[in-house]
Amino acid sequence: MTSISMTVNGKPASGEVEGRTLLVQFLREDLRLTGTHVGCDTSQCGACVVHVNGEAVKACTMFAADADGADVRTIEGMANADGSLGTIQQAFQDHHGLQCGFCTPGMVMSAAALLKDNPKPTEAEIREYLEGNICRCTGYHNIIKAIQAASGQLTAVAAE
Amino acid sequence: MPKDSGIGASSKRREDVRFLTGNGNYTDDHSMQGEAHAVMVRSNVAHGKILSIDTSAVENMPGVLAVFTGEDFVEVGGNPAGWLIHSRDGEPMREPKRPVLAHGKVRHVGDAYAAIIAETVQQGRDAAEALAAATEIEELPAVVNMAAAVANADNRVHDEIPDNLCFDWGWIEDNRDAVDQALKDAPHVTTLELVNNRLVPNAMEPRSSIGEYYSSDDSYKLTTTSQNPHLTKLLVCAFVLGIPEHKMTVVAPDVGGGFGSKIYHYGEEALVLVAAKKLRRPVRWTAERSESFLSDAHGRDHVTTIEVGATLDGEILAIRTNTLANVGAYLSNFSTATPTFLHGTLMAGPYKVPHVYVNLKAVFTNTAPVDAYRGAGRPEATYSIERAVDKMARELKLDPVEVRRKNLLTPDQFPYTTPVALVYDTGNYQATLDKALELADYAGFEARAAESKSRGKLRGMGLSTWIEACGIAPSHLVGQLGSRVGLYDAATVRVNATGSISVMVGAHSHGQGHETVFAQIVADKLGIDEGAVDIVHGDTSKIPFGMGSYGSRSLAVCGSAMDRAMDKIIAKGKKIAAHMLEASEGDIVFEDGSFKVEGTDKAKAFGEIAFAAYVPHNYPLEEVEPGLEETAFYDPNNFTYPAGAYLCEVEVDPDTGVVEVVAFTCADDFGNVMNPMIVEGQVHGGVVQGIGQAMIENTTYDENGQLMSGSYMDYAMPRADDVPMITVDHSCATPCTHNPLGVKGCGEAGAIGSPPALVNAVIDALNRGGHDVAHIDMPVTPSRVWSAMNG
Ligand code: FES
Ligand code: FES
Repeated sequence: MTSISMTVNGKPASGEVEGRTLLVQFLREDLRLTGTHVGCDTSQCGACVVHVNGEAVKACTMFAADADGADVRTIEGMANADGSLGTIQQAFQDHHGLQCGFCTPGMVMSAAALLKDNPKPTEAEIREYLEGNICRCTGYHNIIKAIQAASGQLTAVAAE
Repeated sequence: MPKDSGIGASSKRREDVRFLTGNGNYTDDHSMQGEAHAVMVRSNVAHGKILSIDTSAVENMPGVLAVFTGEDFVEVGGNPAGWLIHSRDGEPMREPKRPVLAHGKVRHVGDAYAAIIAETVQQGRDAAEALAAATEIEELPAVVNMAAAVANADNRVHDEIPDNLCFDWGWIEDNRDAVDQALKDAPHVTTLELVNNRLVPNAMEPRSSIGEYYSSDDSYKLTTTSQNPHLTKLLVCAFVLGIPEHKMTVVAPDVGGGFGSKIYHYGEEALVLVAAKKLRRPVRWTAERSESFLSDAHGRDHVTTIEVGATLDGEILAIRTNTLANVGAYLSNFSTATPTFLHGTLMAGPYKVPHVYVNLKAVFTNTAPVDAYRGAGRPEATYSIERAVDKMARELKLDPVEVRRKNLLTPDQFPYTTPVALVYDTGNYQATLDKALELADYAGFEARAAESKSRGKLRGMGLSTWIEACGIAPSHLVGQLGSRVGLYDAATVRVNATGSISVMVGAHSHGQGHETVFAQIVADKLGIDEGAVDIVHGDTSKIPFGMGSYGSRSLAVCGSAMDRAMDKIIAKGKKIAAHMLEASEGDIVFEDGSFKVEGTDKAKAFGEIAFAAYVPHNYPLEEVEPGLEETAFYDPNNFTYPAGAYLCEVEVDPDTGVVEVVAFTCADDFGNVMNPMIVEGQVHGGVVQGIGQAMIENTTYDENGQLMSGSYMDYAMPRADDVPMITVDHSCATPCTHNPLGVKGCGEAGAIGSPPALVNAVIDALNRGGHDVAHIDMPVTPSRVWSAMNG
């Protein structure tokens, strides 16, 4: 067992982990931050995406011990300080960018990482960026619209 | 002006807030004090005789608390099939026992024959691996190919079933001779052999179940990923474990998608309950994705020959299909209904066809069970018809649009009784066809095709005009057809003393947004604010009863139950209001949230009536009970019949065979639409599942029964960059005539109408490019398309 500590959503977090403990397990099981999901066992689905030191990372592909000392952000840390939905979260609700909600945390975290690097992505750029995030419910249509809206590129509020 | 609340408004979904902030409450998010973990030990051979399982090899491993094998469940019941189908000769279907854990034989890769309960998942996995090594299984030849399965009487999935045949079903047997004759006499017969490829549903949340046992009152609780907790409760209690139903609560909390795969009761649910009782600890099991591939019920997997008899100008005279349908190794709960009554009954499509006959043989194989997957039987019927009609048009050198027009039922023909025993209540198939053609700019297609050609690409357009039967289903009818359950639904509307409302519904929401839509309907009818209504679902201890959500039935059946319960609330409110307003009950009308004496300005607000019902000081206690809570069960008197027209436009790269879907247009008739935003989202999702089936998804087993597509590396899921934006329209609505909301259901449409439109488009593109290609089986992968073009 190794002792690790990190900052998660702005707060210090620490724990004892085995070498093989994945970051996603540490977040879900030790810290009880269950918003980060596990949808596969081959690093394909993106349900587990979090930010580690500002970069989007699939938390199922990283050992918890490797995040020792890191600054980690999860879906639980994406709302505004007053608890209201952040811009991307709000855009997902406004444009019906989620159905069952299972892929959603990963989608929001990926979208946030995309918009940080590319504040005005085209539809094609969004689609390409989301290649590592599978959604079985929405057909992606409204996820694309939500991300376009969050980037200020869609003015109409009604989802089509 | 779009409405901003109530029926017809695109109310934003209230459930989104918890999902968007990481506060969803999925089964695996629960943490139980003192929980133990179950790990299943699964067969890695498709077919084998279990010679020995040496549990002593693992009992003392670190963290191991218990080991279960099939032996432990010999005394309990099997997981039954929900429909009893009879063969053409009148014999009942063959129905082998489906045990909690395999006993004696394993019958597919992934068939669980043992389970480890351990302190941690990792310890459980280590022990599962060790137990697998301590198990002797004599591998037997696998039955994989359906045609071979029925031809070879010696190689048996179930020893007692010699030809691996579950049933040989004819629909309708009395039609058979007339259809044979009509095909013999037809000026033209189009014949098409096609495969409806096997799919893995792949809800993004893997299955998960937690069992709890309370020794204080000898009761159980199962928290599980289910689309219908009441049915799971019934199955696990009454059929499998013999637990009295009043000692069981089943909770399906937030569920991350289902698409059919979470309708069914699975062995893991029974296992965690038994283990919880044995250990007196909560026991949790969560599938890894690779287990989901191996053990979730798969979908489709039909091999069909369809013959369409027609006049030379394209009038359809008769349709005959012969199908082999894979049911896998065991009968999953809906597996016998899906290829029969959800498939054969739809074989007239939206057309006026005088003669239809369907023969379907359901075949056991050494593969995972196959059951309903989004659309369930209806996509298979639609694909067969719409591919064959397209092929017929091409063979007769007729315009595929005009051939549809010639055969579509016209609005004056409803209600219409098909030769396969359904009665379509309403529809306007011309309207949806015209709308799709308009939205897809069909008229401009030739110009776009020319432009594609200038870039060296082949452009094609494919059409499908589809129909389905939803709102499942009238109990008396399904009872005659073999259903072992009723298919009504239930709702309780509880008006609280202060006027807010809790509605307990039997439908379960796992992405469909019921918490929002059902509240819209209640608010609309009772004239109160949506925010004052809460929808409670998924907990059998809170809800009267329910048959769950599948078959696009939630609104049509459960929504109707809710509507009926509100009628009772209003009727009772009128009695109370009459007393308080000193008027006669017959003079009370309920409008805009108030009970009024007709023609006067005397009125009581809904909240005042609710309060009076709970504080009955001035109240007609002799005639009316206090309280304001009503339950209704609603049993539909027909299916509903959503229909529509889909147009798919593709570009094919002739050098590589790569197909790109460049546009997809849907014009649907869902009857009345409660929340357009949600309806459109349902269509988007369904269409992309259909595009997935048609273009990239495929489940393959090798000849030894090994699953070759058992992970997201090998099973191609549609990703964001595989699909286009989708144009959807639902303005051509003909409300359902027999349910109070006039709704038809929208959940499956996209997955039903889209595969044939896409394949038709690819065939069109190739033929326009001078390639005489009549058919390509799904998925239309680059290699299949390239091979078709290059002979
Ligand atoms: S769980 Fe991490 S990519 Fe699927
Ligand atoms: S919303 Fe269900 S998987 Fe994306």
